[in-house]
Amino acid sequence: MSLLDASGGGICHKEEVHASSSLPKHLDSDSPLLSVRSVAKRYGARIGCKDISFDLWPGEVLGVVGESGSGKSTLLGCLSGQLRPDGGEVLFDTRDRGPVDTLRMSEPQRRHLARTDWAFVHQNPRDGLRMGVSAGGNVGERLMATGARHYGRIREAASDWLDRVEIDTGRIDDRPRQFSGGMQQRLQIARNLVSGPRLAFMDEPTGGLDVSVQARLLDLLRGLVRDMGLSAVLVTHDLAVVRLLADRLIVMKDGRVVETGLTDQVLDDPQHGYTQLLVSSVLQV
Amino acid sequence: MIEVQNVSKEFTLHNQGGAVLRVMEGASLTVAKGECVALTGASGAGKSTLMRMIWGNYRTDHGMIRVGDAQISGAEPRRIIALRRSTLGYVSQFLRVVPRVPTVRVVAEPLLALGVAEEEAEARAAALLTRLNIGENLWGLSPTTFSGGEQQRVNIARGFIHPYPALLLDEPTASLDAANRETVMRLIEEAKMRGAAILGIFHDEAARERLCDRQVDVAGFVPGRAA
Repeated sequence: MSLLDASGGGICHKEEVHASSSLPKHLDSDSPLLSVRSVAKRYGARIGCKDISFDLWPGEVLGVVGESGSGKSTLLGCLSGQLRPDGGEVLFDTRDRGPVDTLRMSEPQRRHLARTDWAFVHQNPRDGLRMGVSAGGNVGERLMATGARHYGRIREAASDWLDRVEIDTGRIDDRPRQFSGGMQQRLQIARNLVSGPRLAFMDEPTGGLDVSVQARLLDLLRGLVRDMGLSAVLVTHDLAVVRLLADRLIVMKDGRVVETGLTDQVLDDPQHGYTQLLVSSVLQV
Repeated sequence: MIEVQNVSKEFTLHNQGGAVLRVMEGASLTVAKGECVALTGASGAGKSTLMRMIWGNYRTDHGMIRVGDAQISGAEPRRIIALRRSTLGYVSQFLRVVPRVPTVRVVAEPLLALGVAEEEAEARAAALLTRLNIGENLWGLSPTTFSGGEQQRVNIARGFIHPYPALLLDEPTASLDAANRETVMRLIEEAKMRGAAILGIFHDEAARERLCDRQVDVAGFVPGRAA
């Protein structure tokens, strides 16, 4: 549409070209970044999740909501290679080989993917950070794992990322345990995003934080998703968080998807009885 | 530019014994480029419902809704997201923002999503906020702390920062003083001049008279009481 060109008109500074050129890539993309087909996982006789299928497009944030026990964390584990599903396919559009079923990848290949193109943000930063290693070391580790060797450059990248997640770069040599919960969470995000991943899995990334800290983190995540063209699968039980962060929603109950759609459509005009109950149960402030 | 054809809407309340509320039937209207059309009718008659169906946060189960070349009814979410980013703007009565984000960022955000550079986006936001009488001392604060009228103007700035070819306006002049009301009416007139198709709800009769080329009474879309 010509209007898109018009809106970017008059921009000629070099550093801005990158931001402007990221848009067509999102809009013109004809292939999903992640295609999930009939993923299922049982724990003995109990269903973890079943019949899960969806596509995730580049630059899109997909929220997965439901009560605890609805299977959303199981699903996230299956997608990110932390759990082994009993069946189904998880096709990821790799940079060099196109769509590959990550469930049938060799372990070294999957580990490489997890260190480069994927990010995983845990609810508890302690699960995603190395608590005995400095903040700079936490961020730099992922770069070293992908072959970076130049100490000065690694430290520079780490410092740059601490700045992006609003951590004072003067604290680059401090251990994460000296940080507040909100800072630890931002450090975990920096550690994950330093390699420029295309897909982030997030498990309740704002859970356990004070509301004021939550707001700052939400704003940070929104900016990163927009600027990096990052796609994300975001698991949370917090409908206010998905309203602000997710483009699209999947509602899960008893391990199954009961409803999907545009985020504000699912929240404002829920079709399934369970979603209606979920939406009407939120406390108004 | 905006086309609504034989649209019906019902809500099924699964947790209230599956009660079915039929709220709209046979709704049809079109808004051409450069035209401003007012939705009229008593409150509860379905004006906002129709606006939300065009915006896409209410599902269209029967009938067809189109904005430009894109069909809203039955569209994949990502198509609607793309449409909202570039083509369809909406000024609602509620401001929904991430808390603690400065006002100037809130207004610049639609431009950032379109890939406009930060500096330019914020400069355009600042210019529009100035025009709408939001003082510079407020730009760095979150609009969640603002008065109703100020929030309304921030909402309007967000809706007019990008020249959307189609606009939905829900009571854009409500809760504004005379000077600000005049500014908002000028913004709407300028949007018409550049060819935007505008569908709005205006309880402000004088504003409606001045801005709107036609009126569509939603009373005609209220379903028969048969159900």
